[in-house]
Amino acid sequence: MSTAIISNQVIDAEEQARVRANQREKLGRWLIPLVVVILTGIMWDRLCVWYEIPHYIVPRPYRVWNELVKDFPFLMSALQTTLSTTFLGLGIAIVGGVLLAIVFNQSKWAEMTFFPYAVILQVTPIVAIFPIINGYIDSRTTKLLLATWLVAFFPLLSNTTMGLRSVDSNLRDLFRLNGATKWQTLIHLQLPAALPYFLSGLKIAGGLALIGAIVAEFVAGATGNSFGLASVIVEASYRLNRPRSFAALGLIAVAGVAIFAATSIFAWFMLRKWHESAIKRDV
Amino acid sequence: MNTVVAASANKIREPNARETRAPLVSLKNINKTFANGTIALDDVSFEVRQGDFLSLVGPSGCGKSTALRLISKLTSPTSGKIDWHGGAPAAGDIGFVFQEATLMPWATVWENTYLPLKLKGISKADAQPQIEEALTRVNLLKFAKSYPRELSGGMKMRVSIARSLVMRPKILLMDEPFAALDEITRFRLNNDLLELWQTYDWTVIFVTHSVFESVFLSNRIVVMSPNPGRVFQEIDVTAGYPRDELFRTSPIYSANCRIASDALEAAMKIGPQSDGAHL
Repeated sequence: MSTAIISNQVIDAEEQARVRANQREKLGRWLIPLVVVILTGIMWDRLCVWYEIPHYIVPRPYRVWNELVKDFPFLMSALQTTLSTTFLGLGIAIVGGVLLAIVFNQSKWAEMTFFPYAVILQVTPIVAIFPIINGYIDSRTTKLLLATWLVAFFPLLSNTTMGLRSVDSNLRDLFRLNGATKWQTLIHLQLPAALPYFLSGLKIAGGLALIGAIVAEFVAGATGNSFGLASVIVEASYRLNRPRSFAALGLIAVAGVAIFAATSIFAWFMLRKWHESAIKRDV
Repeated sequence: MNTVVAASANKIREPNARETRAPLVSLKNINKTFANGTIALDDVSFEVRQGDFLSLVGPSGCGKSTALRLISKLTSPTSGKIDWHGGAPAAGDIGFVFQEATLMPWATVWENTYLPLKLKGISKADAQPQIEEALTRVNLLKFAKSYPRELSGGMKMRVSIARSLVMRPKILLMDEPFAALDEITRFRLNNDLLELWQTYDWTVIFVTHSVFESVFLSNRIVVMSPNPGRVFQEIDVTAGYPRDELFRTSPIYSANCRIASDALEAAMKIGPQSDGAHL
């Protein structure tokens, strides 16, 4: 019995095994992470019970959940504060990164002059830079955005710069032969060619912007009208309110995953018609 | 049918209008030396007449592609002159087809064909009839909304040809356009190209490695020798048009291939010894 009939077609044993393996993989892709998360939760809970760990050191999962439910409005407003810094910073990073990449692309001299600064800002850890910035700038909003922008803009700048350069030289010649202006070449040739690069930069920058916003909140400290998730963690730690710290941490993680998912879906949407990365293979 | 083809193939080129036409562009004593010292072209002169299908044939390093880039003004010669007899070409007067189809992957077949017109500021609506005609000519109208990745190599090349068609260029430069394609596709595109050439009364300069392709297509062949690139011999192909698949097996085709082959072989021998020293 080495053959079986599936939808009126004879399929050999090897193909059949392949089909089954594919189905298993599809199911496993969702099921395995889910099982792992649930098992981790159970283990966490059991360890707390077995070793009698007090809740102000490591809270049991249900306490974190209760905290999340009880303080939901408060935590949500903190999340909103953090996310608005993140997205505003990311927005400025997108505009700044892309514009700077275009300037670099149009002028070799500008690139040679300013690229070192971009690299220095990138390689110096934000935790080291920010306390200094913190001392110079009064406006809380400004300094939070500055920190977020600093970490997020570099991947956008370097990826977009690379993308603008990665134009097929024959296509460039074709544009020249047809009398294209610099502007036309930029709009119709270089920017579309740079799009996949920009989008992969965006995926990295989205996560970094969240990190930047959180780090900046930690260093800048909380004020009455601006209370982000980092401030929640700091404040809850002072009071040994571990469930609240854990709840805030969980929200940050979820926000990070959501940002990554959103940028990935956006990238797929933009490239779905033509770019290899977004095209599903049949085999 | 057969007798008609045989008759036209056996006839020595009819002195058709193309023979006696005015020169379109002349290269006069062109030298091109690159910054690294490579002499790509050395004292190269030849003339392209209106309506010519002229092939540049030669081994790698004989400057065929450089010659096309000079004619299209993508580079300028170190010395020598390129004369345009009907006045200097404007943007879009020179069509260029590269070895790869060189399509924009993010644009549909329609948009790729529209490109030269778009760069000229012609609206989509105004361009529509021209694009439709060009795509019809290359048999791709049905694929107007497809993206390049959905097409085969030969189809992509036909889009590339359609794109140069929409501008109705004075002269079409083709840099080994079919070299990367399989033989069946190449033969079919050869036929299509000849048909377009006759329909539009084009002037074509066609760069190729293949003697057989050049004889099939051209009325004139310029054989070049390498290192530095020089014109070795000009050959008039003594066969009329139209040429079809039967021409590929005709005695006159073989005879012309023999002449061109011999010329190419001789041209490769006069290349400097340094070529052998590399091996």
